[in-house]
Amino acid sequence: MPVSILIIGIGNEYRSDDVAGLLAARMLRTLSTPALPENAIIESDGDGAALLDLWQAEDTVILIDASFSGLPAGTITRFDPLDYPIPPSLLVSSHAFGLAETIELARRLDTLPRSLVVYAIEGKNFSVGMNPSPEIEQAARAVAQQIMVEWQTSPASDC
Amino acid sequence: MTNDTRIIKVDYLARVEGEGALYVRIKDNTVKDVKLKIFEPPRFFEALLRGRNYSEAPDITARICGICPVAYQMSAVHAMEGAFGVKVDGQLRALRRLLYCGEWIESHSLHVYMLHAPDFLGYPDVVRLAQDYPEIVKRGLRMKKAGNAIVKLLGGREVHPINVRVGGFYRVPTASELVSLVEELRWGRDVALETVRWVAQLSFPDFEQDYEFVALHHPEEYPMNEGRLVSNKGLDITAQEYEQHFIEEHVPYSTALHSHLQKRGAYLTGPLARYTLNFDQLSPLAQEAARAAGLGSACYNPFKSIIVRSVEILYAFDEALRVIENYKMPDAPAIEVHPRAGTGYACTEAPRGTLYHRYRLSDEGLIMDAKIVPPTSQNQKRIEQDLWSYVARAISLPDDQLTWQCEQAIRNYDPCISCSTHFLTLHIERE
Repeated sequence: MPVSILIIGIGNEYRSDDVAGLLAARMLRTLSTPALPENAIIESDGDGAALLDLWQAEDTVILIDASFSGLPAGTITRFDPLDYPIPPSLLVSSHAFGLAETIELARRLDTLPRSLVVYAIEGKNFSVGMNPSPEIEQAARAVAQQIMVEWQTSPASDC
Repeated sequence: MTNDTRIIKVDYLARVEGEGALYVRIKDNTVKDVKLKIFEPPRFFEALLRGRNYSEAPDITARICGICPVAYQMSAVHAMEGAFGVKVDGQLRALRRLLYCGEWIESHSLHVYMLHAPDFLGYPDVVRLAQDYPEIVKRGLRMKKAGNAIVKLLGGREVHPINVRVGGFYRVPTASELVSLVEELRWGRDVALETVRWVAQLSFPDFEQDYEFVALHHPEEYPMNEGRLVSNKGLDITAQEYEQHFIEEHVPYSTALHSHLQKRGAYLTGPLARYTLNFDQLSPLAQEAARAAGLGSACYNPFKSIIVRSVEILYAFDEALRVIENYKMPDAPAIEVHPRAGTGYACTEAPRGTLYHRYRLSDEGLIMDAKIVPPTSQNQKRIEQDLWSYVARAISLPDDQLTWQCEQAIRNYDPCISCSTHFLTLHIERE
């Protein structure tokens, strides 16, 4: 059944700081009960075509992914890609067809959701391993809290 | 250009799964060196598997790749079942085949439409392609979604499925659940036929290579989960004999191991090999479509892999419908498995080629040792050789065009370089 909000944490938990989006989604789950609708929080490995299927029907979509742009580790950047394209080189993708390309493809195919926000958490270590940098865990928690506040103060939370 | 030094550097190769780099050195208009560098996580997973229970292998190995998790699961369960002396047959075997059809459809549709087609149509990426041909891109996405639906139903979810176990599945679908897929699969089969016709009209460089093709071969079916490992140059072995014939070696510039056939050298696995070694096992519809597309029963041009992949998509839709038509829900979702000490071996056909797994197990079923050889690692040496030949014939092109053509050539093999992040640095150095 469609939900009015969908929060998608993106990442690869075997590539150190790339886990950032997944961590934020997991932390959000611990904060959200029972405020967010059931099934509103999804973990994804970032396969672009699958993401298109996930969000096509949603009204409000929030994506959380790792970035690698040279900013200090743990820096949180918030984008509204409905207004401005995301530079493809910013987001760290596990796939040949990554998140930035997916958003741009959705724009061309007219399948963007009505509201779309991307949180990028800057990582510094994307090597194989399951130990993210401390800054990443801290930033993931901050993103989760920020999303929770946004959700609780948004009109969609009354749905 | 003689005695000129030319260095071409591309820091990011798009439309390739995984992470690596290509280095080409040209001196006096002659190719002197080609190195495809790959960073390859499966080695990490081999260590991670040690000490884990046999039953965890399908779910752990599925995490190696978001595009071909079914292949990792299938190779894992077949190897375990071989070690424990059990054979999964009947409808459970058919369901595994159906699951693999789903993965082939997803993976090949993604590659044909989103990653490979833009090269042939003169677009830098699928985003730009979608601007001019949105309906073509939507068609590819819908085909991929039809494959996802199979994986979701049988695997429990679309990415990193969790319903596969040693001995069968945790849950099997009802007949009516499978029938719910039929309408979309029929649409997919029709559109796959159109796809074969569409890609057959593209222009291809005249670039045939003398490959040793390696793939599974089964007397009665196009290979997915079972068969002997054969080649067009005389190889004919079981998975158990794999390591007696295939050698892995370290190369100083890459963390991935290079594979070669003992005393013979590089070989190619994947769609071209499967097709050439198993043309007679394709369904009549797929054979007819291939012939109409101008393919013979063998294909030695890697650029035409886009046609072969499209034929395999068509076959996978056709085969999925056949399995569903003959489905009767089994009494149990899995057969009983009793762990015992031993070693299990398996090769199955991932979308990109043969995937080898070997596990040594304790009598309690703990994994003592694991070896995983993914298809891209096997193809790495052959890709380098092809690039060597390709650069030699295109050497007079300006650097930007040569770089672009090298990137296109790499995409012919649909490399899943690490099933992880995708930074590929390309250097062409001319002296």
